[in-house]
Amino acid sequence: MLKLKTANADALYSRISDSAKLYLPVKRAGQVNYDLWESGCEVTLGEMTVKSPKDLFFPQSEDLMAFRVSGKSIEIENPELPTEPFVLFGVRACDARSFDVLDRVFLSDPVDSYYEARRNCGTVVSLGCLEPLRETCFCSVFGIDLAEPEGDVQAWVLGDEMYLSAKTEKGEKLLAAVKDLCEETDGAPLAAAKDEARAKMAKNPLADLDLTGFDGEHMMEKFNAPEWKDLYQACLGCGTCTFVCPTCQCYDIRDFDTGHGIQRYRCWDSCMYSDFTMMAAGTNRKTQMERFRQRFMHKLVYFPANNEGMYSCVGCGRCVSKCPMHLHIAKVIRTLGGKKQ
Amino acid sequence: MQAVAEKVIARAKELLASGEVQRVLGWEKGEFDYERTPALFEQGNIDKLVYDKFCAANLSKKLVEVSKLEGKTLALIKPCDSLSLNQLLCEHRVKRENIYVLGVGCKGMEGKDGLCMKCEFCKGKNFAISDEVIDDESCREVPQSDRFAAVRELEEKTPEERYAFWRSELSKCIRCNACRNVCPACTCIKCVFDNPDSGVAAKANVDTFEENQFHIIRAFHVAGRCTDCGECSRVCPQGIPLHLLNRKFIKDMDTLYGDYQAGEDAEARHPLINFTKADAEPSVVLNRGE
Repeated sequence: MLKLKTANADALYSRISDSAKLYLPVKRAGQVNYDLWESGCEVTLGEMTVKSPKDLFFPQSEDLMAFRVSGKSIEIENPELPTEPFVLFGVRACDARSFDVLDRVFLSDPVDSYYEARRNCGTVVSLGCLEPLRETCFCSVFGIDLAEPEGDVQAWVLGDEMYLSAKTEKGEKLLAAVKDLCEETDGAPLAAAKDEARAKMAKNPLADLDLTGFDGEHMMEKFNAPEWKDLYQACLGCGTCTFVCPTCQCYDIRDFDTGHGIQRYRCWDSCMYSDFTMMAAGTNRKTQMERFRQRFMHKLVYFPANNEGMYSCVGCGRCVSKCPMHLHIAKVIRTLGGKKQ
Repeated sequence: MQAVAEKVIARAKELLASGEVQRVLGWEKGEFDYERTPALFEQGNIDKLVYDKFCAANLSKKLVEVSKLEGKTLALIKPCDSLSLNQLLCEHRVKRENIYVLGVGCKGMEGKDGLCMKCEFCKGKNFAISDEVIDDESCREVPQSDRFAAVRELEEKTPEERYAFWRSELSKCIRCNACRNVCPACTCIKCVFDNPDSGVAAKANVDTFEENQFHIIRAFHVAGRCTDCGECSRVCPQGIPLHLLNRKFIKDMDTLYGDYQAGEDAEARHPLINFTKADAEPSVVLNRGE
């Protein structure tokens, strides 16, 4: 394990940037989001980013292919898949787990080559939480250890020191390049800090959410629960929850008419929107109640039923803090969880 | 506030029990202390109705849908929300005969981080519309503030600085449409940006310039009808000060056509769809851009 003074973190970022693009939480215009590191930018590791880091593997919009028309022929151009390495730094345990969820969707057959290419280019440096970032955090409910995140490199910031530990080959390669900026350590002070973090997490307000009954066995009971009718009432039908969510992975494919051809792109979609999964037959969900129910059924029932019990919520709490009407997943679990009916 | 809140709850229960109204549109508590969610109440759940300093959400837009239900709905309306409701009534979007407006006194609303931005500049404590009002002296004090100070600051910037400011703010947009969906002036049944046949439908921030335009166009669309309720900025997940666009338009209209508050008078025609001899000459308007 390596450590360095946090005061020297800029030297670390600069070194990483020499060989790869570095993305990490940066404050711009008052908000913290994953952004490209540049000398002098306001790196803000201690706050939850508004958007999750999923953009780096699954951008909000992405060109898929282009069609060019000349005379009577149509030419199809596939975009070049990204090959440039990048480093994603400061990923919290919840977001690190979200990559497992996304992998199951995009890397199972048929593999999504666009996602796969970005995933292969990326090295993830995760950042263990030594206290819950916010009162809205509830990753522990999904069995995530906030202090021990998954990733190619694990990092922790304790006091004025940053600890770095490689977990994969990619991670070892990254640390080899920054070794001279750091000193070796056994990381002894971390153990107590991690235990303290877990103890604090256990006392976070949402840590007692009970997922009993959210499984494939009770699908219809949950689907038909009368509570949905009250739960959804104030839903604005905006896409905030889906767009800040680290695991929402639905997208729409659209064609843009360039005048002499077509640019086909995909962009994030939201099951909260009225035209979500709209097809010629017009059989998509007609009411906001159905749309609202779909989002939570997907995260808490359908996904685990199809993925050996893995939930597709990671308890990051972004939707909890950002829903304009406070109709978030914690409220849904509180209302419908803890019972098998 | 406590005394007013207790009276409001008691009165709502009374009107519901007497059958004068069939349901109540108010707020209920959420997971955290500061969370209040708009909700409909009937006899079975009226005990969950709350009114306190966290009831920031403007309920007037919800009445577009709720006033179509059978029977009368009691709506708890704060002074600034009453402007939105009156504007909706002026546009025939809410069925007046199906609502009972209980004006509720307000001392400024708070969220998780303290006083709501929209309450830093209070537009007054009068009710533009109400069937009944419950407030007290403490709810009638209007804190002194300069609503247009931030707009003037922007006006004093050079065009390049102003452009950079809006680019940096609007480029944070994730196109969740929360601002549009919460806006009481945005009540189109199908928004042009949601309609695949419109040619301008946009679901994601495909390019940042398009996002920037979306907000500017939306501000133009609601100009004259926007009451400056501030919900757009309250709900923005990226903290974009969208209300400053609307406020700039309001300030310009005040300057060119005389002071006007949308929603104050349900019969009024706003300056952009009205003509008076005192209106500024078109040349004055045109030359302002130079």
